[in-house]
Amino acid sequence: MLNNLTEFIPRIPIAEGTAWFVGWLTSTFAFLFNPIKTYFGDFMEWTANLLYSIPPIIVILIVALAAFFLTGKKYGLAAFSVFGLWLVHNQGLWEDLTFTITLVILASVLSVIIGVPFGILMSKSKTADAIIRPVLDFMQTMPAFVYLIPAVAFFGIGMVPGVFASLIFATPPTVRFTNLGIRQVPTELVEASDAFGSTGAQKLFKVELPMAKATIMAGINQTVMLALSMVVIASMIGAPGLGREVLSALQRAQVGPGFVAGLGIVILAIIIDRFTQNVNTKN
Amino acid sequence: MANIKVEGLTKVFGKRSKQGLELLKQGKSKDDILAETGLTIGVNQASFEVNDAEIFVIMGLSGSGKSTLVRLLNRLIEPTDGKVWIDGENLAQMNDKDLREVRRKKMSMVFQKFGLFPFRTIIENVEYGLEIQGIDPTTRRKQAFESLELVGLKGYENQYPDQLSGGMQQRVGLARALANDPSVLLMDEAFSALDPLIRKDMQDELLDLQEKMQKTIIFITHDLDEALRIGDRITIMKDGAIVQIGTPEEILVNPANDYVERFVEDVDRSKVLTASHIMKRPETVNIDKHGPRVALERMKEEGISSILVIDSKRKFKGYVTADDASIARKQEIKTLEGILKTDIPKIEKDTPMHDIFNIIHNIPTPVAVVENERLVGIIVRGAVIAALANDSEVESENA
Repeated sequence: MLNNLTEFIPRIPIAEGTAWFVGWLTSTFAFLFNPIKTYFGDFMEWTANLLYSIPPIIVILIVALAAFFLTGKKYGLAAFSVFGLWLVHNQGLWEDLTFTITLVILASVLSVIIGVPFGILMSKSKTADAIIRPVLDFMQTMPAFVYLIPAVAFFGIGMVPGVFASLIFATPPTVRFTNLGIRQVPTELVEASDAFGSTGAQKLFKVELPMAKATIMAGINQTVMLALSMVVIASMIGAPGLGREVLSALQRAQVGPGFVAGLGIVILAIIIDRFTQNVNTKN
Repeated sequence: MANIKVEGLTKVFGKRSKQGLELLKQGKSKDDILAETGLTIGVNQASFEVNDAEIFVIMGLSGSGKSTLVRLLNRLIEPTDGKVWIDGENLAQMNDKDLREVRRKKMSMVFQKFGLFPFRTIIENVEYGLEIQGIDPTTRRKQAFESLELVGLKGYENQYPDQLSGGMQQRVGLARALANDPSVLLMDEAFSALDPLIRKDMQDELLDLQEKMQKTIIFITHDLDEALRIGDRITIMKDGAIVQIGTPEEILVNPANDYVERFVEDVDRSKVLTASHIMKRPETVNIDKHGPRVALERMKEEGISSILVIDSKRKFKGYVTADDASIARKQEIKTLEGILKTDIPKIEKDTPMHDIFNIIHNIPTPVAVVENERLVGIIVRGAVIAALANDSEVESENA
């Protein structure tokens, strides 16, 4: 009897439905996806090449100088950056590094551009909060590999679908932290801003966003780290960079090259993390 | 001319606020409505007028609705019902644009915890109200400077709020509120977060400023002393409703009901002096270090005939008289132990005046004031009598 109950409803064709839906999206929005694929792909290629065309020594020096001033004229991060980046170059991974940086930076920038406004929307509207929150949960808990499939359908292979997958995976922290940061602004400051006759926009830009800045930056830091963690996964759909070295080492069971490429990612992660954190703690 | 006139201003918190309003109009109490519907009454049909250039104090215990009431006046909280007339316009019905204009030009607010923007410098804080009106930087900077000078904070322009003490921060709050030269100033427990001494200074300063500026000030407080000091008229609130409105004298002499009376009593109780108010710093010698010779020398210096004795931990031991000390000196005795007398009354620092008087009126010696056995002061008869005289003076003034 119980068995009958559970068997009563036939399998709901979620998989088929999803496949149909993605297929429909792909063909319907091809006019949108194709130009993105072409032009954004070209742009990323161009950025990576530009970065690669700068002599490594100059890149290392610029990063070291930036680290020195950003950390309040301390040598620690600067020294680490010099050594770390030199090591990556020494291991012959410089070109991969430039691709990875391009991918991470572009994905992060897009995440922030998309994430902050959604965070603001959530903080201002209970309805938006109720709708967006479960979507964010979904985006973060769905295994990142799953995003690769529609990404390939929409954008083919290469860096563009990689950015697309990172975007879905890495945007939620920025949205969440922006929302949190604005909600945490002390009531009295919001009241003060209102009591002097601020418009909504004035309140947002002159009081709420500056007050929430530290929290938002913590979210952005998370976003960048997640984008970096997508580098390896995105290499499965042909995104070039350090991740591809890791993947090919994995496929051939070469522990040495795998470790070296992994180390490159770690070095990059530490440098990026400390950079974004220092922007955060400044002032 | 009435500058502000409030009619039946009501705030019901909760989703079915109209239902709460109906019940209020039927005369139900705050507690009944809460029990019946779960709605919280913030303010219950408050009506009053505030005259031009008057300091109008709204007083009540926490939860009495005073902070809600002041926020209804500038609509930081939307009223459920009622009217707020300012210069002939009903603020409660205004559209957003007109409301903003009123907030920008006519009414500004000072907050309990100052409400300063921590990422802006002092001068940037003060000019906030002008900045959002789109006044050009030079003009607004000049106005902000003048305002800052008015509250005595010239020279602090480029500091950040967290670099200033509480009292100074609230001056900044005041300067910010004055910068756009409003006719109405709303002050929500503005001095409550300050320590008592600074609070008195700020009250005096507000009165000084008011003499020059002649603003209409609506001042919220839970402290009757403060209300009596600065208020031209005082409103007492309870459970969201206004219980009594009157001048300080009227409130003190003719409390409208038990609630007000209890308030007034509280004031008297708080005015009761304790030992710590009238004690003086004592002259002492240290029994562990000093002998009769030093004791005599100190008494001669101070022109007294006995001196209190403590040990190295400031623990109170007793006293020695000049007569005993000079005998001991002649006998070449080096310590004070032999001549120490302990028949002196000891009282705790927080002993009320009333009890001190009972102790002191039939003994010849002064009274030692101790805190955890440590000597903190001394009370002589004269001081008690002087204090009592002052106290009755205060009372007859208030009556």
